[in-house]
This record gives sequence, structure tokens and C-alpha cells, in this order.
Amino acid sequence: MAQSLLQVRDLKVYFPVRTGGVLFGEYTALKAVDGISFDLKSGETLGVVGESGCGKSTLGRAVLQLVPVTAGAVSWLGSDLTQQDKAEIKKCRQELQIVFQDPLASLDPRMTAGDIIAEPLRNYFPQMSSDERKAKVQDIMAKVGLLPAMVNRYPHEFSGGQCQRIGIARAMILRPKLIVCDEPVSALDVSIRAQVINLLMDLQKTFNLSLIFISHDLAVVRHISHRVMVMYLGRVMELAERESLYRTPRHPYTQALLAAVPIPDPDKERAKKRLILTGDPPSPLSPPSGCVFRTRCGKADDTCTSATPVLDAASSGHEVACHHWRNI
Amino acid sequence: MSILDIRNLNVRFATQDGEVSAVNDVSLSLERGECLGIVGESGSGKSQTFMAGMGLLAANGRPTGKVLFDGKNLIGADEDTFNAVRGDRMSMIFQDPMTSLTPHMRVGRQLGEVLIRHRGVSEAEARAQSLTMLKRVQIPEAERRLDMYPHELSGGLRQRVMIAMALMCSPELIIADEPTTALDVTVQAQILDILRDVKERLNTAVILITHDLGVIAGLADRVAVMYAGRIVEVGDVRSIFADPRHPYTRGLLACTPRLDEAGAGLMTTISGQPPNLQRLPSGCSFHPRCAHVTDRCKTERPLLEVVGPSRAKACFVDVKAA
Repeated sequence: MAQSLLQVRDLKVYFPVRTGGVLFGEYTALKAVDGISFDLKSGETLGVVGESGCGKSTLGRAVLQLVPVTAGAVSWLGSDLTQQDKAEIKKCRQELQIVFQDPLASLDPRMTAGDIIAEPLRNYFPQMSSDERKAKVQDIMAKVGLLPAMVNRYPHEFSGGQCQRIGIARAMILRPKLIVCDEPVSALDVSIRAQVINLLMDLQKTFNLSLIFISHDLAVVRHISHRVMVMYLGRVMELAERESLYRTPRHPYTQALLAAVPIPDPDKERAKKRLILTGDPPSPLSPPSGCVFRTRCGKADDTCTSATPVLDAASSGHEVACHHWRNI
Repeated sequence: MSILDIRNLNVRFATQDGEVSAVNDVSLSLERGECLGIVGESGSGKSQTFMAGMGLLAANGRPTGKVLFDGKNLIGADEDTFNAVRGDRMSMIFQDPMTSLTPHMRVGRQLGEVLIRHRGVSEAEARAQSLTMLKRVQIPEAERRLDMYPHELSGGLRQRVMIAMALMCSPELIIADEPTTALDVTVQAQILDILRDVKERLNTAVILITHDLGVIAGLADRVAVMYAGRIVEVGDVRSIFADPRHPYTRGLLACTPRLDEAGAGLMTTISGQPPNLQRLPSGCSFHPRCAHVTDRCKTERPLLEVVGPSRAKACFVDVKAA
């Protein structure tokens, strides 16, 4: 078994939000991430799924120390990033990169593709000669499927898929060990989405990359992930190996999520059992007591109101946070 | 008579960099109570085709051809004609429920306005009917919601208000343009259920515009696939999914990741990118990305030809089912 690169323990990210008026209002803690733990091995992809507002993006950013962490530990190769100063974190960021959702908004419109991709090199290796830098930029452009002739173009001259390739090249140029992909294909058309997913899988194989792949698209996550974490209101509902999660989902929320995804096959789609959740997720400012999912759950009873379920190992490597998983 | 009959519709936009051909020679028809799915990627013209029919094109857009709604041509019609039809006999559901509701009007007034304009009912009557409609689209605590502003509602509730508004006058045709794209998957399932119910119970014809083949599979009776402003394949939903004949349709289906299948290795892709609408490729617009391309495809444009019962495709190559 490969060694864990990343260990996240009981991670909490709370944002202070003012409720009420400016003068007499009070700050309430919005618990975006509330006690999450997981490990990530070298060359592994962890898929993180959940609906909007479940804290999946905040989790990705907290791992990279891009948002202030309220409590908990993020150990990268054994050292806790939450305890380090800015200079040490900057050093670690060579190995920790991110790809964002909106491919155009995440590129500086006044920089050329070449300058954007070279910026991390200028940042971390200011003494590198410009010839060497150029060679590295050309090399990574070829690896992500961009023509070297495009080096002097500006972001607006590229399509969405190409912009995302530039974002991936920028993340890859320092040869990182981990990339957090925050909805990297959600803004792309179907035919381009498959190309970018293949590129990420290719790069992972070539460079033994670890990926945290954040997405709301359960079908894409099934394709790319080794393990999958299902989040709801800042908490982990279920965490399991890919096939175990998709074949035998244990948590009522995972089951409802999977049932809600339309299948591109008219016969299967129309015949499938409907398991429709009612309502919307509650506000993260005032989450329900006990199990946060209980207000939309068909199996909820008094236990769920009074006690918060903890992650329980249903089988090897398959953890589920539900009081009633044995009876579902 | 078909409720909607589009004949040789073209839409051109004049821009600073020249003319953009967004819709090219599109012909389609829709029967009462039928749901037609329109699939395509961004820029394929799937929205503009129907924006033209609703008289909602941007100021630099110029439509030619015919859009017959219940036999009456709407292309070139004046605003009064459109205003009499829109919201009454046909209505539209847009993708983003926040920007398509008026932010400073309470939900009840926005809903009631449709009835007051088109049916001339009293305010009290409009409010009563609005309440009934909110309940029909399963909005909890409907009475209270009538006095709320759109920003006080969640995305799913706003989209329900949009649907309720579209249904106020019992239209014969609803055009739903990416109605669930901005929503979470569990809320999407709720909204699709409401649309299915509307179609079956009220016999309303529905145009469902989406890029999501799964949404089409659940709701549409027929499907039209668009690429670069043209229809490349059209047919009954089951036969299109079971036996796609156009290489683009086949490609789209193959590169859609499916929840019911374990992913293995790399995904199937369509190489290249969608074309620039200002400089469409010669011949078949899809030929630079097509795996079955022949010399003829590069020079001659294939026309939509019947290839079986209720099936047509625009391709010279005979792609057999794999």
C-alpha cells in the first residue's frame, strides 16, 4: 500500500457571518466544513461530491490553506500545514496546486498563455534562465495538448476547453504531487469535458499525481475517482471505494443522490425507481440538531434528532454516518 | 395541425467582426401534447431557434423563414401580436430563475400579472389562482410565499415559481430552455417530475432545450440534435438513443459519462472543438471532428434526409450500429 501523502484530521472551517442589523447584529459561525477526516495516498484520486453549499470547495481550499482553518490538522508528508508560517506554506505549495471551475475567470486576461504558465516558475525559481523557462513552458504545453504556437495568445482567444488546459498546465509546471480540482469540467461542453477528464487521468498516470476531484456530477466522479466522499452541510455522510459506494450506497442521502441522476437511456430512465427528496438543503447557518440530513430523510426518527451519527465502518474501507445504515 | 411548425428558419447576428450564422435552415414541427428535446452544445443554436420564434432575439439578430404557431407565422410579427401570444398560449421557462424574475416585485404580483394582462381578472381572483398554481408546483407554505420577493426563495423554489408563471394561462406550448441546469441534482429531479406531470395531465406541448442527454431520456418523446446551427439528426427518443445514426450523436452519447456503468480507463471523446460560427467549415460543419469523414463531406453539405420511420439525419456516411 502506498503511503499517505495527506492526512486531514477533524478539519473545521467556520466563517463568521453577521446576522441581524449592523449595530445590533451578532456574528454566527457558518460551519462550512465541520469535522472532516481523510487520508490521500500517492497517485490516488479522491472524489468529493455534494450539492451546492455542502462545503466541498471550502474543504479543497482549506487543504491548500487558502482559507483560514478554524480547527483540526492538515498533515502534508507528516508536517501539519495549519501550524506553519507563510514562508513554509509557500514552499509546500510547489507540491500542492489547484485548478478552478471557471476556466476564463481564473486566468489573468492581460497575460499571454505563456506568461500565465511560466508564472509559477518565475515565482519559485527566479534565477532560472529565460531559455530554460521557455523550454519548460513548451514542454508542459505539449503535454496538456496545447500547440506551442499558441504561447503568445491571450486567454480570450482560447475556447473554454483550451483555457482549462492552460489552467492545468499552470498547475502542472512545478511538477506538484497533489492537485485540487474544483469543478474543473463543470463549465465545459460534453465533448470537451471528456477530453479534459482524459487529460487529468493521463497526467495522473504519467506523474503519479494525487487528485482531490471536487464535483457535483456523480457520473464524472464515478469515472475518475478511486475513492469517493459524499458531503452534506459540511459533514461526511459516506466515504468509500468507488465501486463499493456506487454499487452498494449505504447512506440514505447517497442513495437519493444516485437515484436523482438522470441516465441517458430512455428505457432505464423511465423504469427506474423514484426516490425523490423533498425540499432543499437547510441553511448552514442553522443546521438541524443531530444528523444534519434528518429533515429530508425518510428514515429519520428521534435518535437522529438527538444524536449526531459518527462515521461507522460498514465494511473494509466503507464508512457511513447514519444511525440506521444496518436497516436500510 | 401542428402546434408549432418551423420552416427553413435562419438567424443571423450582425457583429463588429462580421455576421454570425447562429441558426441555419432549421425545420421542425411539434404536435399538441408532445415533448421535443433539443440537444446540442453551447453555440449550436438550440436556444436562438426558439428565441426567434418568441420574438426575443437580441437587437442585432435577424430571423428569416417561418415559425408557424398554430398556423400563424410569427417571424416578422409586431410586438402586439407577440404580446398577445406570449405568456398566454405559449410561455417560456428560462435557465436562471433569479435573473428571469423581477427582483422588486412580490411573487404573488408577478404571477397574478399574467392573468390580469391576458384574462382581465380582478386582483383578488388573480391572487387566488396564483395560490392554486403555487400549490400545484408543490411549493410548501404557498400562502406565505405569495408575499415574498424572489431573493427570499431558494433556486429550486424560484424555478417552481417560473414554472407556475408559465402555467398561469394554461398555455398550449411551453419552451423550457435548460430548466434544470442551474439546480442541484435532487432539486432537478423534483422539477423534472413537475414538468412530466404538466405534460401528461394538461396535454401541453413542451420544447425541452438541454445539453444533458439524461434529462432528454426521461422526458422527451422525440429528439433533435443540433450542431453549428443545424439539425443533424432527429427522431423518436428510443430509437435515437438505441441506434444513433449521425457520427455526432454517436459521439455525444459515447462521451457522456454514465452513472449506471463503471468507468474503465479513458473516456471516449470527440476530438477538436465546436466550430467558430463566423467561419463555418466547408461542406458538413462536423467534418473536421468526424471519424468517418470522406472527401465528399469536405465540399458538399449533407441535407436532412429520412432514414427510417420518424428518423432523419444529415450525413453522407452510413454509420452502422456498433
